[in-house]
Amino acid sequence: MKISGAQMVIEALIAENVDTVFGYPGGAIMNIYDEIYKQNSFKHILTRHEQAAVHAAEGYAKVSGKVGVAMITSGPGFTNAVTGLADAYMDSVPLVVISGQVPMSLIGTDAFQEIDAVGISRSCTKHNYLVTDAKDLPRVLKEAFYIASSGRPGPVHVDIPKDITAQIEVFDYSTPIHLETYKPTIKGNVRQIKKAVMAIKEAKRPLFYIGGGAINSNAAQEVREFVKMTGIPAVETFMARGTLRYDDPLLISMPGMHGSYAANMAMSETDLMISLGARFDDRVTGKLSEFAKHAKIIHVDVDPASISKIVKVDYPIVGDLRHVVKNMMEIASSVIEKERYEPWLESVEHFDKLHPLSYKEDSDKLKPQWVIQRVGELLGECANITTDVGQHQMWTAQFYPFSRPRQLISSGGLGTMGFGFPAAIGVKVADFERVSINITGDGSILMNIQELMTAVEKKIPVINIILNNNFLGMVRQWQTLFYDKRHSETDLSMQPDFVMLAKAFGGIGYVVHTKEEFDAALNDAVEKNIVAMIDVRIDRFENVMPMVPSGGSLFNMMLEYKEK
Amino acid sequence: MEAVRRVISVVVLNEASVLSRITDLFSGRGYNITSLTVAPIPKSKYSRLTIVTSGSMRVIEQITKQLHKLIPVLKVIEHCDAVEKEMVLVKFSSDNSISDIETICSAYNGKIVNAGDGFFIALIADESQRMDNFLDAIERFHPKEIVRSGTVALER
Ligand SMILES: Cc1ncc(C[n+]2csc(CCOP(=O)(O)OP(=O)(O)O)c2C)c(N)n1
Ligand SMILES: [Mg+2]
Repeated sequence: MKISGAQMVIEALIAENVDTVFGYPGGAIMNIYDEIYKQNSFKHILTRHEQAAVHAAEGYAKVSGKVGVAMITSGPGFTNAVTGLADAYMDSVPLVVISGQVPMSLIGTDAFQEIDAVGISRSCTKHNYLVTDAKDLPRVLKEAFYIASSGRPGPVHVDIPKDITAQIEVFDYSTPIHLETYKPTIKGNVRQIKKAVMAIKEAKRPLFYIGGGAINSNAAQEVREFVKMTGIPAVETFMARGTLRYDDPLLISMPGMHGSYAANMAMSETDLMISLGARFDDRVTGKLSEFAKHAKIIHVDVDPASISKIVKVDYPIVGDLRHVVKNMMEIASSVIEKERYEPWLESVEHFDKLHPLSYKEDSDKLKPQWVIQRVGELLGECANITTDVGQHQMWTAQFYPFSRPRQLISSGGLGTMGFGFPAAIGVKVADFERVSINITGDGSILMNIQELMTAVEKKIPVINIILNNNFLGMVRQWQTLFYDKRHSETDLSMQPDFVMLAKAFGGIGYVVHTKEEFDAALNDAVEKNIVAMIDVRIDRFENVMPMVPSGGSLFNMMLEYKEK
Repeated sequence: MEAVRRVISVVVLNEASVLSRITDLFSGRGYNITSLTVAPIPKSKYSRLTIVTSGSMRVIEQITKQLHKLIPVLKVIEHCDAVEKEMVLVKFSSDNSISDIETICSAYNGKIVNAGDGFFIALIADESQRMDNFLDAIERFHPKEIVRSGTVALER
């Protein structure tokens, strides 16, 4: 079959079972958009900004586990998408992002809307391609999907010059992928696994430290079983929320800068840390020289470069988490004695009783933590939760009752304000049965507010809950604590009328000052099932606590802070 | 942690922008490149790079792992027992005594490879450290130009 490069792109997407593409057209990618117009195998969602197209594809990918696809034009279209690529790279999100490029004959001439796209994306993608011959397109696209979704997942960028999309060539997608230089390790080394399990058997105070890899490798079920079988307490990172159920008796919340006291004490006191797909991020470890000082470390990860990158590991195991955990369980079932860890479990539970995650209610101000808990009570498992970046994000991680993997969709590694709303659109498209809630801040929401139009036009009923503190709250908190309350450029007293703003785009808006008003607004928004913004006026000066000041040790937490 | 010197060979697919992938990795992650040599491997679709770098043992371990992670990288060899050579070309004015310089050159496995109107050029191929010694030794002849290559290495 001989077809154009543009048609090849369509055929490849169909062959990859793509049902949704998020994108924004322009000159260099018009041939492909012309073919999109002619087909009806997948839907195209026109976002109102390229950054949002990539975040929407991320939301889609994170909630479904499938590869997300975004399409953009050359030059400014591409540069607008870079934040999305970087975000996906940091959080290991499988994406294929296709960009148009100026024709081959113009490359290198500073042509209109020319930018060295692969030069820019090289450092924020798992891999990238500049296609210089349509003959290569079927292979490149097939490789792109494979690379994005295998091993440690990540975004792959394919840049296609306009003349290549017009070139007519043979299309054969059946040729198997042959990548001599890329062979991710799936099975863990059996001897290493045995050694690790023996170390668990010998340990007195073992602790599971579960990371985002547990979700990426679809290993939550196995991890739940393993934790239950061994009776060993577990902490899960921000990226791993929902791997264990919130009410799992062995889960002791989240470690790190805004983790719980018990989780951080457990991290500090353990004698064997069993890291499952976590990457020892600086927001988790605190001061490295004091981190897990008494512990030997088992580290299971699909990415060998993650192992011993930050902390020296004693039992490295490279492999897919699901496989490795299954193998570990086979060996553990006959050697592990649960009772051995009971005294340790008791002391961890004691830490939790000493300083549980908590907040103080106030009779005339709404507390953001209450709002999040309330969403949890009203919607619980029925909602997928995306967040933006800031205090509201940390409160969500602390207080929402997550009960399944892929329920929390957030920008962890890059911390991208503006991620939440477009991601929530992608989430809703991929999982239409569940309510898609974006918990956001008054700062973050304005960073992709134009997506109200996308959501309204395509009838994608995302509910934005703005925890409105009239501040760039997280930065304000640091200024309060570490800059002697000099609130430099963080006061957002000047605000749009969010209700009118929602209306202007054809959505619905609510302002909420009380608990009753909040319940009424959320119930109404869920029932009406249209694009909504709930502007929740919360206590302006609420801080995220507890906190490990940056550079501090995990066991040295600031437990509360009194304003004035 | 103390910095150590390492010679690392990398076998990569010989395709567009593969060299930038490697150098971007080094600059992006703050690794050192002391020298870098690249050439295609004859009768194959691969090229071989030889990189001389330095860093703590942890950094060196990360360098090899991160290199491996690049999709077009086939093999990463961290040399521990290798024959290492680099090459230098030095241009002298013919005011100098050729025989004096030739004597020094031969002590470093080198020779005069070209002579012209008012100049001659010496070539030496030797280990990095001996190359430094050679360059010290010829300083008094006031070389007009010195061109030094990166290292190539072959594990014994
Ligand atoms: C694109 C981007 N710019 C700047 C920052 C730095 N930053 C982190 S949190 C934050 C404040 C966010 O304010 P808001 O969305 O209102 O959330 P709040 O902390 O008030 O809950 C800022 C500016 C960022 N993370 N991302
Ligand atoms: Mg705010």
